[in-house]
Amino acid sequence: MSSYNSGLGIFLLRRVVYLAVVVLIATSANYFLAATALNPRSNFEGRNPPPPPAVVDAQLSSLNLNDKTPVVERFGRWADGVWHGNLGLTIDHESVNVEMRRRVGVSLRLLLIGSLLGSFCGIAAGAWSAVNQYEFSDHTMTILSFVILSVPTVVLAVFLANAGSSFNDAIGYRLVYNTGEYTPGLQAWTSADIINRLQHLVLPSLVLILQGLAFYSRYQRNSMLDAVGSDFVRTAQAKGLRRPQALVRHALRTALIPMGTFFAYEFTLIFIGSIFVEKIFSWHGMGEWFVQSIQKNDVNATAAIGMFVAVLVLLAGFLSDVVTVILDPRIRRG
Amino acid sequence: MSSIPSPIVEEPVETTGHDSRIRLVLRRFLRRRLAIAGLVIVLLLFAFAYVGPHFYKWRYDQIDFEAFLQHPSATHWFGTTQNGFDMLALTMRGMQKSLIIGLIGAVLSTGIAAIAGATAGYFSGWTDRAIVALIDLILVLPGFLIIAILSPVFHGRTWLIFVVLLAAFQWMITARVIRSMTLSMKEREFVYAARFMGVPHWKIIFRHILPNMSSFLIIDATINVSSLILAEVGLSFFGFGVQPPDISLGTLIGDHWESAQTANGYQFYFPAILLVMLVLSVNLVGDGLRDALDPNAGSATGKGAASR
Amino acid sequence: MTQRQPLLEVNGLSVTFPSEAGAVEAVRGVSYHVMPGEVLGIAGESGCGKSVSSLAVMGLLSRRARITGSVRFEGEELLGVGDKDLSKIRGGRIAMIFQDPLSALTPVITVGDQIAEAVRIHQNVSKQAAMDRVVDLLNLAGIPNPRQRARAFPHEFSGGMRQRAMIAMAIANNPKLIIADEPTTALDVTIQAQILDLLQKAKEATGAAIVMITHDLGVLAGFADRLTIMYAGKLVEIGGVDDVFYRPRMPYTMGLLGSIPRIDAAPGTPLTPIEGSPPSLTNLPPGCPFTPRCPMRVDICREKEPDLLRMDSSGNGHFAACHRSAEIEQKNLKGVDIFPASEAVPSRIEDLPREGRTPVLRITDLKKHYPMIIGAILQRRVGTIYAVDGIDLDIREGETLGLVGESGCGKTTTIMEILSLARPASGSIAVLGRSTAGMTARDRFQIRREISVVFQDPMASIDPRMPVSDILAEPMVTHGVPAEERAKRIGQLLKMVGLRPEYTSRYPQEFSGGQRQRICIARALALKPKLLVLDEPVSALDVSIRAGVLNLLEELKAELGLSYLFVAHDLSVVRHISDRVAVMYLGRIVETGGVNRVFNHPAHPYTQALLSAAPLPDPRKERARRRIILKGDLPSPANPPSGCRFRTRCQKFADELNDQQRQICIDTDPVLSDHGNPGSVHRAACHYAEGEN
Repeated sequence: MSSYNSGLGIFLLRRVVYLAVVVLIATSANYFLAATALNPRSNFEGRNPPPPPAVVDAQLSSLNLNDKTPVVERFGRWADGVWHGNLGLTIDHESVNVEMRRRVGVSLRLLLIGSLLGSFCGIAAGAWSAVNQYEFSDHTMTILSFVILSVPTVVLAVFLANAGSSFNDAIGYRLVYNTGEYTPGLQAWTSADIINRLQHLVLPSLVLILQGLAFYSRYQRNSMLDAVGSDFVRTAQAKGLRRPQALVRHALRTALIPMGTFFAYEFTLIFIGSIFVEKIFSWHGMGEWFVQSIQKNDVNATAAIGMFVAVLVLLAGFLSDVVTVILDPRIRRG
Repeated sequence: MSSIPSPIVEEPVETTGHDSRIRLVLRRFLRRRLAIAGLVIVLLLFAFAYVGPHFYKWRYDQIDFEAFLQHPSATHWFGTTQNGFDMLALTMRGMQKSLIIGLIGAVLSTGIAAIAGATAGYFSGWTDRAIVALIDLILVLPGFLIIAILSPVFHGRTWLIFVVLLAAFQWMITARVIRSMTLSMKEREFVYAARFMGVPHWKIIFRHILPNMSSFLIIDATINVSSLILAEVGLSFFGFGVQPPDISLGTLIGDHWESAQTANGYQFYFPAILLVMLVLSVNLVGDGLRDALDPNAGSATGKGAASR
Repeated sequence: MTQRQPLLEVNGLSVTFPSEAGAVEAVRGVSYHVMPGEVLGIAGESGCGKSVSSLAVMGLLSRRARITGSVRFEGEELLGVGDKDLSKIRGGRIAMIFQDPLSALTPVITVGDQIAEAVRIHQNVSKQAAMDRVVDLLNLAGIPNPRQRARAFPHEFSGGMRQRAMIAMAIANNPKLIIADEPTTALDVTIQAQILDLLQKAKEATGAAIVMITHDLGVLAGFADRLTIMYAGKLVEIGGVDDVFYRPRMPYTMGLLGSIPRIDAAPGTPLTPIEGSPPSLTNLPPGCPFTPRCPMRVDICREKEPDLLRMDSSGNGHFAACHRSAEIEQKNLKGVDIFPASEAVPSRIEDLPREGRTPVLRITDLKKHYPMIIGAILQRRVGTIYAVDGIDLDIREGETLGLVGESGCGKTTTIMEILSLARPASGSIAVLGRSTAGMTARDRFQIRREISVVFQDPMASIDPRMPVSDILAEPMVTHGVPAEERAKRIGQLLKMVGLRPEYTSRYPQEFSGGQRQRICIARALALKPKLLVLDEPVSALDVSIRAGVLNLLEELKAELGLSYLFVAHDLSVVRHISDRVAVMYLGRIVETGGVNRVFNHPAHPYTQALLSAAPLPDPRKERARRRIILKGDLPSPANPPSGCRFRTRCQKFADELNDQQRQICIDTDPVLSDHGNPGSVHRAACHYAEGEN
């Protein structure tokens, strides 16, 4: 038993090392791209009256953004800072670390509930659809998923935001909010504050839930259909299991296995999606920051966000490996 | 009995020859009313985008100084914007761009995926590992981020660069699938038979392996069209994609979304709804194709069966 | 005849499936019964409806199937009963064993848990008690270390072990009836013997009746009490096993028995093929479905489908469905009377003694080892697989060498090495006298004209997107044959293999399995090669079609002076077509010699076991045979046993040798030797090879 555990441990360790190397390369590439494509100098040059070049140079250098310094040197300075835990300064002379910590919290609060609910509901709906293939519930679910997946996140968000205010008008009371994370003044954590936060959370979460539902239900349905039609379900019935029992105990367990890999994809999709949700619903999280950083030519912030995303992907990949190994015993032994 | 055997008295088992295979595919496709509906809508939207402007009196870059922010009317069917541009003309123009980006991007993306995936799967060894590593590397940073970061570079240049970038970040997952399909096909006897005949490698890939994946490639290309249109919308919304003076459905949505909640919401809803119609109908066509070309691919979405 | 109630009574069972092409009548009015404790065999080729009818009995068909008729088990009607009630009977009083245990067992649940589940559904016992029962069952089924193995997953078992586990699961609740659907088709012949032996034990332990579904008549000859033959969804003959085998009264049965190569056949016995192929089950024309292929057809056969008529010859309930069966009975016609036998074709080269003929292929001490690698991304070598570990082969012009062995013996690796014309890591390969070691890419390309291959699965060997003309043209195009010549040659090739010239524009899907294999053979002959490598060329074909293809191969060999390297696991096929034979085990050749010599006087224990395990379609001989059952599974090729590789399963080692003799087997690796018969080509690698008397 212990050799099996260490074999498993080594396998996962190797995966982590491999992913870490890939992330390192990706993050560096990202820095180089940002440093060469973005032009922080133009921020200063656009001012009226334009500051003297020497002042501009000094400002840029202090932020490690001077395009006259070779890229490799700027990268070295940045990487050195990162190694010591310091992600540098934004173009507004604020600490990237501080800004990131704040915004990560916002994004997390925005995304967590919606994405978890979405995937859970999606898997359940997909399994249900597969078992009731071609029935009314299956068709409805399929049509719904199709339509949702054909709507860009932006449009879905705008639509829900409007639907929310129409809903409020209809019931004559402002139940759901479509702007911001909380009403100003209520950002503490008393019960009234929490309720307020939830009211602000409903609509953006709905975007994520609907998308998660559509995405997962399709894949789970396919996976489940394969399992439902397989020989081992027939054997389970031949043993004397009734059909529903056979489906849950044997088909569902096998159909869940591929879902592990989808977590990895979902993470990136969720982050991209959050960019739109945060814009439409005015939440000040990582997504909003990313767009602003590019528009403001903020190289350090952009590089830091890129690194954040890469680490997210690493975590997601690792998690999906773990989940797959847990669900699928065939992978465990060699 | 002579030493050469006399012809075997056998009737052929099924009369599905090559052209009747096409007939069979068509027959299956046509059975799904929704897929047909999708196809019809796609064609209509094509006509709308490319033929429409010839029949409509307003051009997309024409300002009507007498009608700023006017609601849909007999003169301006979709209304006008704050700056006096005709919404219908803008939408038609935008749809052109979205359509063509989707098509070119899809062909590029599926093409790259086919070549990369088949090469990796067929040759194995270092070629394979290099391509797989490359795929993993590109997958780590989402295309959205990279293209957004690179957008300043193609400010003021042709939108073709944008399409190439979109395709460059779309091919990876398909390439992985093609790679594993190639790996299993490589072990099939007909590939061995060709190799032992002396057929050169590239011929085996392009004449035997890839054509046998054609169903998958067609379906993938169709799905890519809708994915790319959605990607374009997302990027152009923020100004990271199609740049002015070019117009796409994404730029229109990006310019006018704030008016959605106001009385002038028509500026947002027209392009948005047409966009959803386009993507939905492409998806329906893709789904119908999957049922028609590959009905044993496990899992038809039940929607097709409903229309039977 | 004692008045017992039948255990299972099937009456007028019909199953129809809807499909794109129209309704498929898979089963058309089938009636039979099974008495308690007896073994009923249901035989037929693919598509005859044998599996579907049994799934219908169990109620395991999909919801789309339309089932009519009656199925009574112990007096109770099963059709139309709901899932809830039916599931009480399934697994408890009727159990089923399926063909492919890998796909039939849930991959993510341990084998022990799956068997325990079967127990706990029908018996109200605790988890612990169920687990104990599981261990007992696995023990009964002959699985070593049962308590440990119960915690393993299906993919960790070998094919034979998995099937044992399935049988254990089937007998868990002492059923009255066991339905076995092709239980040994996917297994090697020595493993098949083990499993049949186990089924026999299971039957004795539970007193159950068995319904055995298979296409292999030899298996039924020794195992079944009564036998039914199915064709195109109907029973065409049913009776006691002796009646059906020795006195068949329906032309299909007669033809089938005559087309099977037999391991005890005298040399030169021709096979009688049945022309044509089974009909498609959509839109069946009226009349007897066997008419197009039946040499005894008359007008009424096309109009009216015959009922099962009682044959008077025995009182044992022998029925046949043929309008002319009374006539057959009266005149006591045999297969050879009805079906034209093909004559043996004289070979041009047979007269020349072997030593004088040109060597076509010569292999010396060939070794092929693979590193064993685990890990998908970062890979690690953990050992070596000794797939081929030193073999010698020698084929002369105009002779057929049969290479026999079970899965894992290395025969596929051997032919892949030969065909890739690679320079072997160890040893040498010489084609037409030229060694592959010194060959350049250009040389290899030239030599490829002389050696070609026919694979097992004709559908997988042809690109389904190419029409026949392109398929046949491909080798010629590759080697630069001009277009005019190609067209002419294509016509020649089609004629040679018995296909019509207008087939050139058709696609492979339009042909039957036998025709497709003929296309593959034609393609292999396109460049007039000297050596044809055939890898199980008839294993994937229906039994009645094999004979036709085998006859064709023999004719072509004689006509064109070809040499064959014929790889197979089916010994009777090898006996029929080969001049010489080599038996492989775990990467080595353990016995070689003239085919009659080796098969009549096998010297090596493995060959003896193989021959003993090969089923014979002759009930009397089967029952009288002493069967050698090998122990255990094939050892891993990465870890072959020391000394003689066969000793871990060898019946001689286990039963006949003393300790001193055994030590020699453990220490010393035997080499191929002629054992005191110098000059003989019959050689065996065994320290205690059987004498040549």
